[in-house]
Amino acid sequence: MDGIEQVRSLTDQKYKYGFVTDIEADVAPKGLNEDIIRLISAKKGEPEWLLEWRLRAYKVWLEQTEPNWGKLHYPPIDYQDAYYYSAPKRKDGPKSLADIDPKLLETYEKLGVPLHERAALAGVAVDAVFDSVSVATTYKGKLEELGIIFTSFSEAVKTHPELIRKYLGSVVPYSDNYFATLNSAVFTDGSFVYVPPGVRCPMELSTYFRMNAEKTGQFERTLIVADKGAYVSYLEGCTAPMRDENQLHAAVVELVALDEAEIKYSTVQNWYPGDEQGRGGIYNFVTKRGACRGRASRISWTQVETGSAITWKYPSCILQGDDSVGEFYSVAITNNFQQADTGTKMIHIGRNTRSNIISKGVSAGHADNTYRGLVKVLPKAQGARNRTQCDSLLIGNTCGAHTVPYIESRNSSARIEHEATTSKISEEQLFYARQRGLSEEEAVTLIVNGFCRDVLQHLPMEFAVEAQKLVALSLEGSVG
Amino acid sequence: MLEIRNLHACVDGREILKGIDLTIPAGEVHAVMGPNGSGKSTLSYVLAGRDGYKVTEGSVLYRGQDLLAMKTEERACLGLFLAFQNPVEIPGVTGVNFLKTAVNAVRRSRGQSELDAMQFLKLARRKAKELGVGEEMLRRAVNTGFSGGEKKRYEALQMALLEPKFMILDETDSGLDIDALRVVAEAVDSFRSPERAMLVITHYQRILDYIVPDKVHVLAGGRIVQTGGKELAVELESTGYAQFTEQAA
Ligand SMILES: Nc1ncnc2c1ncn2[C@@H]1O[C@H](COP(=O)(O)OP(=O)(O)OP(=O)(O)O)[C@@H](O)[C@H]1O
Ligand SMILES: [Mg+2]
Repeated sequence: MDGIEQVRSLTDQKYKYGFVTDIEADVAPKGLNEDIIRLISAKKGEPEWLLEWRLRAYKVWLEQTEPNWGKLHYPPIDYQDAYYYSAPKRKDGPKSLADIDPKLLETYEKLGVPLHERAALAGVAVDAVFDSVSVATTYKGKLEELGIIFTSFSEAVKTHPELIRKYLGSVVPYSDNYFATLNSAVFTDGSFVYVPPGVRCPMELSTYFRMNAEKTGQFERTLIVADKGAYVSYLEGCTAPMRDENQLHAAVVELVALDEAEIKYSTVQNWYPGDEQGRGGIYNFVTKRGACRGRASRISWTQVETGSAITWKYPSCILQGDDSVGEFYSVAITNNFQQADTGTKMIHIGRNTRSNIISKGVSAGHADNTYRGLVKVLPKAQGARNRTQCDSLLIGNTCGAHTVPYIESRNSSARIEHEATTSKISEEQLFYARQRGLSEEEAVTLIVNGFCRDVLQHLPMEFAVEAQKLVALSLEGSVG
Repeated sequence: MLEIRNLHACVDGREILKGIDLTIPAGEVHAVMGPNGSGKSTLSYVLAGRDGYKVTEGSVLYRGQDLLAMKTEERACLGLFLAFQNPVEIPGVTGVNFLKTAVNAVRRSRGQSELDAMQFLKLARRKAKELGVGEEMLRRAVNTGFSGGEKKRYEALQMALLEPKFMILDETDSGLDIDALRVVAEAVDSFRSPERAMLVITHYQRILDYIVPDKVHVLAGGRIVQTGGKELAVELESTGYAQFTEQAA
């Protein structure tokens, strides 16, 4: 605490030009203002144009108001009561595994996270942690041979400024929405991927390895560009649950697919959902958008959302190129007092563009789960087609499921199909399964996994297994 | 093996079983017949431990233990198996997945090692073949879109896989075609052994030609109103239940 107080008094004194140079300990005071943004940019050695971009975003953000149309309830967020750069090291952090909440360790163990990684994830300072650092290097060599760029965002700003400048904000403009704008102003790091023309990335790219090495903050920025005819499958790095004391996460993900390129983006999100009483947990406000910019390009989002106290997330596709295809496959599971308002937007601009949406919402406990989706067909999108399937499954009588589909079609040749179902796990099904020897929890897990099958099968193999385990974990205690 | 004493049970506050006494020793097969709505399925649910079926009086000893004190799945793991009259559909859950989970749950409780996917598949294929269940049925979602007869065969397949000690067959014969009835009934009959016992609920004596019962009971109005040998089933086929329903009313 002393450190911060010290910094604060320092900054109070010489507000204008003071702390940028004075801060050696990588500690910025709480709160958000232009100086903090300059500090972030300076620390990262960013070019002037990027600083300008951040500052423009910040100015816009000041004028914006937090969206409140989601079916979400949470106390107001005090944006001045947060750290935007390298939050001070916790002095009272856990020293060893023995200091960690056993429940958390149990969770990691069930997920099969190796012990040394469990320790690191839980925030224990462990020396000689990751073998994965070397794994990452091996990866890198192989990728470089193919001309694939896969680095942290900050590094890419230095090594490939032309690509960053060309594509940053080209899908999610810095003024897009409250949370994305905030991210644009203060993002600290993230990932950058570029796959050159005609190259098929031979392995699943994952932030998993990288994030272990450089812990990125709560405002991540990811940019993935697949050049003509390229293919890449990207896994967002939460393969293990991230223990994070940050309340607010406002990430931005931008995808760009040029002619005949394909991007598969998969997420398994298992952030801290809060406890059984609904205390604590992450607020996850994420803007994810992909532009199918080229002809016959394809972007597919697959997500399994089981964590966070609040999820506000609408991975979208802008189907600009003729014959391009957007897909959204989602499982959102909410238990206890979790709230999820998630869905997608499919914007049909090009001719013969197609989109496919499968959303599976599972609610248990007192949780609330909303699918919110927009299918928009613009006048030139001759022959556009969309199919939407929204299924909700309820466990118990105190949870809720809502489906809010918006359809706007301005081309009469468009074909849009929407189908929605709500079902409950019946007592009869549970009895049947238990009569065969399954425990109630095993039965629920099996039935829920069955319900989610159409989505889970779109995940890369190794992820799918993990996702199934997650389903079981996140529903623990939801019955009986 | 099973000793039911003065069993009373309610569903939705209505008493359906009104004092059942029934003892089935190991090695025996007992048939239960009786008019529609007399409480046969209710009896099977109470024995299997279905929620909402409240026992208000009486006791059940199963293999020397208090059956009614056990959870549904504990009963199943102790070898109690119910072939349902109307098996429920479980969309999205493949048979392989469901049955493997069930077999391993039961094996675990018996202290046996769990079967891996390959071992299970081999076993399931063999048993399916014996019962004339097509292999593709294993890949389909449990009972989902199955015909009436297919569901019944599938129940028999599950029984064969779980190797229970005490099985209740609730109208397993209804819905089966003539050939399927023979295949299934013979398979069930081959399950008879000195360590096992069965309760066969049926409306027709035909299945009892294959699975010849040691005793036949008539359940009417929530009570067992008559008990006899296998000839009782034949007799009922011609006389019907009128005498008992009048008696019960
Ligand atoms: N959930 C319930 N609520 C109210 N009554 C019920 C319920 N379940 C069963 N019953 C009643 O209990 C009685 C016995 O039903 P049960 O299914 O045990 O009959 P059954 O002997 O198996 O008949 P069948 O030969 O037609 O299969 C019936 O009158 C039935 O309507
Ligand atoms: Mg019945």
